Amino acid sequence: MAQWTATAALPQPRPFDPRAVRQQFPIFRARREPPLVYLDSAATSQKPDAVLEAMNEYYSLYNANIHRGIYRIAEQATAAYEDARAHLARFLNAGSPREVIFTRNSTEALNLIAYSWGRANLRAGDAILLTEMEHHSNLVPWQILAAERQVELRFIPMTPEGELDLEPLPRLLGDGRVKLVSVVHVSNVLGTVNPVAEIVSAARAAGAVVVVDASQSVPHLPVDVRALGCDFLACTGHKMLGPTGIGALWGRRELLEAMPPFLGGGEMIREVKLTESKWNELPWKFEAGTMAIAEAVGLGAALLYLEGLGMDAVFAHDRELAAYALGRLREVPDLRLLGPPLERRGGVIAFELGDIHPHDVATVLDSHGVAVRAGHHCAMPLHRKLGVVASVRASFHCYSVPEEVDALVEGLHHARSVFG
Amino acid sequence: MGGWNELYRENILDHYKHPRNRGTLEQPDITYEDANPLCGDELRMELRVKDGRIEQVRWTGHGCSISQAAASMLSERIEGRTLDEVKQLSRDDMLEMLGIELGPVRLKCALLALKTLKAGVYGITQWPGEEEEEGGS
Ligand SMILES: Cc1ncc(COP(=O)(O)O)c(C=O)c1O
Repeated sequence: MAQWTATAALPQPRPFDPRAVRQQFPIFRARREPPLVYLDSAATSQKPDAVLEAMNEYYSLYNANIHRGIYRIAEQATAAYEDARAHLARFLNAGSPREVIFTRNSTEALNLIAYSWGRANLRAGDAILLTEMEHHSNLVPWQILAAERQVELRFIPMTPEGELDLEPLPRLLGDGRVKLVSVVHVSNVLGTVNPVAEIVSAARAAGAVVVVDASQSVPHLPVDVRALGCDFLACTGHKMLGPTGIGALWGRRELLEAMPPFLGGGEMIREVKLTESKWNELPWKFEAGTMAIAEAVGLGAALLYLEGLGMDAVFAHDRELAAYALGRLREVPDLRLLGPPLERRGGVIAFELGDIHPHDVATVLDSHGVAVRAGHHCAMPLHRKLGVVASVRASFHCYSVPEEVDALVEGLHHARSVFG
Repeated sequence: MGGWNELYRENILDHYKHPRNRGTLEQPDITYEDANPLCGDELRMELRVKDGRIEQVRWTGHGCSISQAAASMLSERIEGRTLDEVKQLSRDDMLEMLGIELGPVRLKCALLALKTLKAGVYGITQWPGEEEEEGGS
């Protein structure tokens, strides 16, 4: 919780005008009836002109494969791809661009760690510590590894309010068998901002390597891998105004150096003989085959766009909207909010509406043009722990405006009248 | 995409709010439970069968309006019918009873009742409409 007092003490970030921001997203300029009320940014964000233009420019003006061609546009493409990597390294305050490996998404980044680091370092009898609020992407790769290596899975429990209960942490780490801890930074269902730095220091003191699933934090708030103190961090481009098909793994250089490759193929090797090969150096050791070049370029443009807004300002905007939404949702009879108090959450709000099934709620909302997510949001254990089958989730980004919350609330009243 | 007013036609809401044959039987001949874990729809069907004919149907469950209305409509449809007739019921029959068009997510909600029924009666565990396809999900 110390983290929060520190954050609260920061100077007020320079605000931006979400209405002006919205105009820079073609999907919101497109005319439709009813207008699009997009409250599913936790699933994927919308894309600004700048991102689409950067990708289009690559394809239109300098499309070429990278790292190979000895001609002008190939060099230009290579520079653009590597600039995007360097940019992401700065964005995360990484020590070096070599520590940033492009992947398809967070899921691939997490699987890379499980496959490469996990198989090289875990033995029968070791343990992996996760939490009860993980996305399936930060659960299933470890389940596969655990079954294969006879490794025990342990879980930091979640309270009924949807926060991690750190009290059992010393006991969970106490026997020294936990070799890896992997935690979600911001919950994709509840918006809970977890005290990651605190978990990292306890885990590292116990000799464990720490992975942070930053899929929902990097797009919305300033994330500094050195301040967090973790060993690996996964993020995904499509939730941070960038395109699909590009994500990243950040890892400490010495760990990445020691890890065997993940996928084999072109670009990840230095020298190939018929029966053996020498691996390329970082980061290319982990980037086999032709990568998503246009998508990396698009991600670079997204980072520039986010920096223009300021990540402090993005988070302040998300939370301001969350505060407004929590207030307005409390007006809706029979609505049960899930998750922690405003002080410890970002721009994600999950709820139940009486005993109306979330699918039915979402269908009525859809007729109002309101896009929300209904279901378990790839977090079945979390829902089971909270004792709910499924929930409705509204989530925001920099282009979200209070009128969208109003449309949501109106749609919810309507859903009650249809099913009441 | 159909709006709520198309999807939630009068008869679906009517079956949802006033389900027919909801409940349990004293001594069912056939009982079968199934679920759609992705949406959390759950259904249990109980049948009393005499001479190859369904004498009584009761069902319990919870889930979205489509899955519950489908169970209610199906229970009305099969009471008094022979097991052979039940076997003939297709996914299109179920959609016709509901009278709506559905996207892939809600389609599973609509077909859960029929799937449960067929599994109970014949041990057919695929989703209706996918019996002939390989590896339907
Ligand atoms: C917390 C969290 N982890 C992991 C993921 C997986 O992201 P992706 O599907 O882009 O790999 C998501 C996305 O839904 C998420 O919210």
